Amino acid sequence: MQTFGWPEALFIFRSAGWTLALTAIAFFIGSILGGAFAIMRLSRVRWLRRFASGYILVIQSIPVLMVLFMSYYGLSALGIELPPFLAASASLSIYVSAYLAEIWRGSIESVPRQQWEASASLAHTTAQTYRYVILPQAVRISLPPTVGFLVQLVKNTSIVQVVGFVDLMRAGMLVNNATYQAFQIFTLVGAIYFAICFPLSRLSRHLEKVMNASRSH
Amino acid sequence: MLFQDVLSKWPMILHGVWLTIALSFVAITLGLVLATAMTALRSLAGSWAGYVVDAYVELMRNTPFLVQLFMIFFGLPQLGIRLNGLEASILAMTLNLAAYATEIIRAGVDSIHRSQIEAGLALAMSKWQVLKHVVLQPAFARVWPALSSQFVLMMLASSICSFVSVQELSGTAAIIEQDTFRSFETYIVVTVIYLVLALSLKLFLNWLGHKLFPQVSGLARLTEAHGEAA
Amino acid sequence: MPAVLIEDIHKRFGSLEVLKGVSLSVEPGQVVAIIGRSGSGKSTLLRCINGLETFHAGKIEVAGHTMTQDPTKLRELRKDVGIVFQSYNLFPHLTVGQNIMLSPRITKNVPQAEALALAKDVLAQVGLSEKFDSYPDNLSGGQQQRVAIARSLAMKPKVMLFDEVTSALDPELTGEVLLVMEKLAKGGMTMLLVTHEMNFARTVADTTVFMHQGKIWESGPSKVLFANPQTPELSNFVKAGAH
Repeated sequence: MQTFGWPEALFIFRSAGWTLALTAIAFFIGSILGGAFAIMRLSRVRWLRRFASGYILVIQSIPVLMVLFMSYYGLSALGIELPPFLAASASLSIYVSAYLAEIWRGSIESVPRQQWEASASLAHTTAQTYRYVILPQAVRISLPPTVGFLVQLVKNTSIVQVVGFVDLMRAGMLVNNATYQAFQIFTLVGAIYFAICFPLSRLSRHLEKVMNASRSH
Repeated sequence: MLFQDVLSKWPMILHGVWLTIALSFVAITLGLVLATAMTALRSLAGSWAGYVVDAYVELMRNTPFLVQLFMIFFGLPQLGIRLNGLEASILAMTLNLAAYATEIIRAGVDSIHRSQIEAGLALAMSKWQVLKHVVLQPAFARVWPALSSQFVLMMLASSICSFVSVQELSGTAAIIEQDTFRSFETYIVVTVIYLVLALSLKLFLNWLGHKLFPQVSGLARLTEAHGEAA
Repeated sequence: MPAVLIEDIHKRFGSLEVLKGVSLSVEPGQVVAIIGRSGSGKSTLLRCINGLETFHAGKIEVAGHTMTQDPTKLRELRKDVGIVFQSYNLFPHLTVGQNIMLSPRITKNVPQAEALALAKDVLAQVGLSEKFDSYPDNLSGGQQQRVAIARSLAMKPKVMLFDEVTSALDPELTGEVLLVMEKLAKGGMTMLLVTHEMNFARTVADTTVFMHQGKIWESGPSKVLFANPQTPELSNFVKAGAH
C-alpha cells in the first residue's frame, strides 16, 4: 500500500491550482451574468424584473450540487456532452450569478435616492446615471460582501469533484483512496482551503470596517 | 421526457425528503444550541474562551463543508472514533451551522447598546439574567432573518451528505438515476422538490419569526443580512 | 439612619479625577437635587450610588446596604435602589407591561398574577394604563420615560435615582415627566436627581447640591441656595440659566 508522502502532498498542492482556476472562471462569468441580472432586477420593465427575481430565487433555493448534476448528467442524457471542467465552470457560474446579482442589487439600492434625482435633474440618461453616478458608489458598497462571497465560492468548488474533475478536493480523495491516511490528507486539504479563504475573509472584514469608518465621517 | 419512471419511485423519494428534513431539523436545533452556548461563553467567560470560540468560528467558516464531513467520516476512524454516514452528517452539519450561527448572533449581540445592559443591572438582574433577557432575546430577534437564510443554506448543503452514502434527497436521486437511466428527469424532479422545501422552510421561518418576536419584525427587516453558503 | 450616606468618595477615569472627596447624607423621604456643569461629576456620583460606577476610595451606604463589588450583595442593594436614565433604556423587544414585570418576576420571584397587578398599579401611577401592551418604539419620549419610572417603581425601591431624565426630551414633553416625579416626591419617596431643570430643583427638592470640579461646592435648602448663592461659581451657574 502507498503511504502519504511528498509526491502525494505535491499532487494535492498542484491540484489547488485547478481550484483557483475554477474559482476565477466561475467568478468572471458569474460576474457578467450577475451584473446583468442585478440591473434587470431593478429595471423599470416589469417582466424583466420578474424574470430576474425568479431566476435569483430559484438558484438560491436549490443546492449547488443540483445545478451541477443538471448541467452534467442531465444534459449528457439529452445528448449534450459537457466535459467535466466545462460542466463545473458552467454550473458554478450560474450559482455565482444568482448570489452576486442579489448582493449587487442591494448595493445599488443602498445608493441614496437623491443621487438618482440629482443625476436625472442634470439630464443624464438611465445608462449615464448608472455609469457615472450610481455604479461608482455601488461598487464601493458592494466590495466587502462580494469578497465575502468569493470565500463561499472557493469552498463550494469542492463539490465539483463529483463529476470527476480533479480539483483540490478530488486530489485529496484520490490520495485517500490510495493511502487511507484520511486524517493527514484532509488536514492538508483543509489547511490549503483555509490558506486561500482566510485572507479573503479578513480582507472582506477589513473593507467593511474602512467603509463604515468613511461613512460615519 | 419520461417522468413516470422517476415518479413511480415515489416511496423512495418520500423517504429521501423525510431524511433531508430530519437531518436539517436536528442539525439546526443542535447547532443553534451550540452557537448560543458559544456566544454566552464568549460574552461571560474570560478572554481565552473568546479566543477559542473565535478560532473555531474562523476555522469552520474558511474550510469547505465537504472537507469537514470527510474529516469526520474518514479521518476520525484513524483516531478510533467510528461514525456511520448519518451520524457523521449530523455532527458535521451541527458543527458547521454552529460556527455560522455564532458569527450571526455575535452581530446581534454587538448591536445591543451598553445602556440596555446597565438598565438590566440597575434592575437587580444577574449577569446571566441580563444576558438572557436583555441581550440574547433582542439579539436573536434582530438577526432572525440572517439566521433563517443560514438555516435554508444548511438544508440545501445537506445534499452534500450524499457523498458519505446518506440516502437523503440527493442520495436518493443518484439511486433512482442508476435504476431508471433517466438522469435529466430525475434531477428535475429532485430539484423541484428542493425548491419547494427551501421556499416552505423560508415561509415557515418567517412565520416563526413573527410568532417568536412579534415586536421586532420591522426592526429585523432593517438589519436584513445576507446569509452565506456553507 | 440616613437613606443615603456618602463618605469621601474619590473616583478617577485614568489620570482624570472626577470625584475628589464627595460626602453627602440624605434622610428618608428627602428629595435632593444635584446640579452643576457637565463634567462636574454629578452623573458619576449618582451612578456610584447603585454600583454602575465603581470608586477608588470612600464609602457608600444606601437603603441599609453597604456598596460592594460582590455581585450577589450588589443585586440585593439594587432591588432597593432604582435608577431612571436620561435615555430611558426601555427594553425594545418587550411590551410596556413586560418591561415592568420582568425584573420583579426574575429577581424577586414575584408570582405572575401579582406582578401583573403590580405593573398595572405603577403604570396607573404614571398615568399610562392604556399603554400596557404597547411597545416602547410606539411611545413618545415623555411616555417612554414615564414607563421607565414605572419600571423602577415596580421594584418597590426605597431610594430612587434620576439621571438627567428630561435632558433628552423635547421641551413640551418634560412637563409630564416632572409632574410624575413631583407626585413621587410628595408621596414621600427618597429621591436623588441630577437635573438641569432649575425650576424643578428649586420648587420640589428639599435640598440642592451644586457640584463643581468633582466636589460639592455648595449645598443647602433649595430656596435659600438659589436665592443667595454663596460662591461666584454657583452665582454664575444660576445666572447662565443652568448651562
